[in-house]
Amino acid sequence: MVHLTINGKVVQATEGEMLLAVIRREGIEIPALCHHEAVEPFGACRLCTVEITKEEWDGWSNFVTSCLYPVEDNLIVSTHSPTVIELRKTLIDLQLARSPNSPEIRQLAEEYGITKTSYEEIPEGDNCILCGLCTRICDQMGFAAISTVGRGHGKKVAPPLDEAPPDCVGCLACALNCPTNVIEFTDEGNIRTIWKKQFELITCTKCGKKTITKDFAKALSESRNIPMSYFEICDECHRKELAQTMGRIVSWSREAVS
Amino acid sequence: MRIDSPQRLQELQKEYVAREKSFAKKVLVCCGPGCLASGAAQIVEEFKKLLKKKRIKKFSVEALKETGCHGLCQQGPLVVIEPKGIFYTKVKPKHVEEIIETSIRKDEVVTDLLYTDPKTGQTIERYADIDFYSRQHRIALRNLGKISQYDIRDYIAQGGYQALAKALTTMTPDEVVDEMTKSGLRGRGGAGFSTGRKWATCLKAKEQPHYVICNGDEGDPGAFMDRAIMEGDPHSVLEGMIICAYAIGSKDGYIYVREEYPLAVQNLQLAIDQANEYGLLGENILGNGFSFNIKVSRGGGAFVCGESSALMKSVAGEVGEPRAKYVRSVLKGLFDKPTVLNNVESLANVPVIISEGGEQFASLGTPKSTGTKAFSLVGKVCNTGLIEVPMGTTLREIIYDIGGGIQNDRPFKAVQTGGPSGGCLPESKINLPVDFDSLTEAGSMMGSGGMIVVDDRTCVVDLAKYFLSFLVEESCGKCTPCREGLYQLHRLAVKISEGEATEADLDKMEKLSEMIIIGSLCGLGKSGPNPFLSTIRYFRDEYLAHIKDKRCPAGVCRALIRYEVITDKCDGCMACISTCAVHAITGKKGEVHVIDQDKCDKCGACYAICTRHAIEVI
Repeated sequence: MVHLTINGKVVQATEGEMLLAVIRREGIEIPALCHHEAVEPFGACRLCTVEITKEEWDGWSNFVTSCLYPVEDNLIVSTHSPTVIELRKTLIDLQLARSPNSPEIRQLAEEYGITKTSYEEIPEGDNCILCGLCTRICDQMGFAAISTVGRGHGKKVAPPLDEAPPDCVGCLACALNCPTNVIEFTDEGNIRTIWKKQFELITCTKCGKKTITKDFAKALSESRNIPMSYFEICDECHRKELAQTMGRIVSWSREAVS
Repeated sequence: MRIDSPQRLQELQKEYVAREKSFAKKVLVCCGPGCLASGAAQIVEEFKKLLKKKRIKKFSVEALKETGCHGLCQQGPLVVIEPKGIFYTKVKPKHVEEIIETSIRKDEVVTDLLYTDPKTGQTIERYADIDFYSRQHRIALRNLGKISQYDIRDYIAQGGYQALAKALTTMTPDEVVDEMTKSGLRGRGGAGFSTGRKWATCLKAKEQPHYVICNGDEGDPGAFMDRAIMEGDPHSVLEGMIICAYAIGSKDGYIYVREEYPLAVQNLQLAIDQANEYGLLGENILGNGFSFNIKVSRGGGAFVCGESSALMKSVAGEVGEPRAKYVRSVLKGLFDKPTVLNNVESLANVPVIISEGGEQFASLGTPKSTGTKAFSLVGKVCNTGLIEVPMGTTLREIIYDIGGGIQNDRPFKAVQTGGPSGGCLPESKINLPVDFDSLTEAGSMMGSGGMIVVDDRTCVVDLAKYFLSFLVEESCGKCTPCREGLYQLHRLAVKISEGEATEADLDKMEKLSEMIIIGSLCGLGKSGPNPFLSTIRYFRDEYLAHIKDKRCPAGVCRALIRYEVITDKCDGCMACISTCAVHAITGKKGEVHVIDQDKCDKCGACYAICTRHAIEVI
């Protein structure tokens, strides 16, 4: 067990845990746009930066991203010190200059009292904040179909050569986890379109609902050794089937007892 | 041929020294980056052709050597005739025949090609007598310009690989690390971390395997020290790496070279192949049982890949983006294993430290910045080139004594040290000793050793704008403060240079800089605002002239200047009229010309071409 102080309160944490997890457990709100429990911490948006110090540091303090900083004994953490707030405001202000039309960024800005960016709005800016969560989640899923391309200010998220990505299976992990909902996709009939690529959706043979894409089912079948037939019905119908089976087992056993 | 023991290496050294002595004369053609660009390859060809044709008695063709950078790039292409050290400058292929007839067949000198001292106007025969060379102290650059860049025999003749033999046979890894610690060597890549401490930490790291990486991703504009070493003396880097590998217990090493250095890649690979053939690399080095392999890894041309964690990702085949180093790369580096990453110049110093002892190295320089440092001295200085001086040498000695002062006797304005993320030091700092701590204190940094001298015709706003635009381009784009913050900082600098800014913008820039420094993930972002911060620190008046008076005192920022004809100087020669691309100048022969300010795009071509200095910048 590790003991540290967060905003004046002594708290316990497990060794190896990151500061952000402990801060959130304490019910303290700090924004972290590029963070997701399913992937390794990344430290790109810098919004979760906190000020840390220790008694033996003689008044010296440091600024670290809490998503990446492992807890330490006797650490004194301020999540809302004046400099931290100033940094967070600057970061949001800068992000607002890139994504002035993003509802998520505008809401965050409002929370910090910013209604309009104080910097020059970027002509080619869009709602993507380049946090890279989509690409990291795609890597984690085992597909690595998209990646960040280029560097610096011209960086963007894209499939290889900006063409329909050969390794994409249309699982939507990227789009559904995007903090600013910028990745577009459509489901029309049994066709899903994402990243300029079209996928056929499986129709549940029981209820007729559209489930996952055929490509995703195939990938799961291969990587996890699940028979393709499993994907012919949807999750809901699987659960129904399971519940019915359980019900039957229960009634059999009752019969057997009586 | 494999060298199977240190004794055999010594015998070979003797043999190769005798071979060098057997050459009555040697012709050394500098094939460093600067000389190659001005035609050194053609000179080598011409020498080969004519020497073959002429068949001079007692002159072996093997005594014609293509060397690495000799140093005085301003005067290139350079040719040196040894053993006397006769120094020919600005040589062209047409001069080759005369050099052969005069200095090789006979024992005379081609006076037209000699170096002229800009201060005295005297010609100087030997390079050792030129201030540029005589005031230097070379350790990392010890062999540059003296040996063939392609031949391991030349390196061995200079005592090469003796330090490796000494370390392998007479020292334990701990003793090697101790020697490095005693030397006080601090990383020459810029951060200045103690090399000995780095090695010691890695040696103690329990996790296996350990890796050695040489950082050859020199990306600062105007810097070419590492390039010159990798191209001109690749074996010194290899020897440094092998000694490091022995000290930290590593079996595999990588040299990460930037994409833009194809010749460095070629020469390093050649050197690796030769070292393998000689048994100085690979299995059972020098018959001692120690094995080590080196691979060359090519970068993709990104400045940020000079940053340690980004570099290691790039070597591993991932996108070259830095990671937060709350756990240091010496413990969790390449493939998450303990890794020593040293810069090219640091490694080139290692053999000398091991041969001559750490204390000897530490006796040079200052107590906290020991030894010597190589710099690429460029910009508006008379003698541009590659130099190496003891730490603590003042900027004045470097710029005036070695560099020969400012070109065309213009006033010195500032010197940019440490590359784009370094800083700009003004004339008031001219007596500053150049060492890690003094430079940092003065608001600049050592960096990898680029030194760009500017005169009064350079605008500091323009300079800051240039370096900021470089960093905006080269930021990896991973974290917000660096990607977006530097972009906005650059936009504000542009606003100033266009005369559109207010004093409030300056405050905004200073605040933003502070936030970029504390908020950025890696060193690139954290030092990114330096071009602005160091210029505003020393040249606030010049910034204010742009903002308040809408004036660029250096006459550079196009939106704030105009070109005018000085009527009593113009003789109507029409030279400016014919050079003006936008036809903004009118006038007849013999009559005073007039510049149409609405048409003029302020390119400065008329100013440059007017021999009567009849055009002024206002």
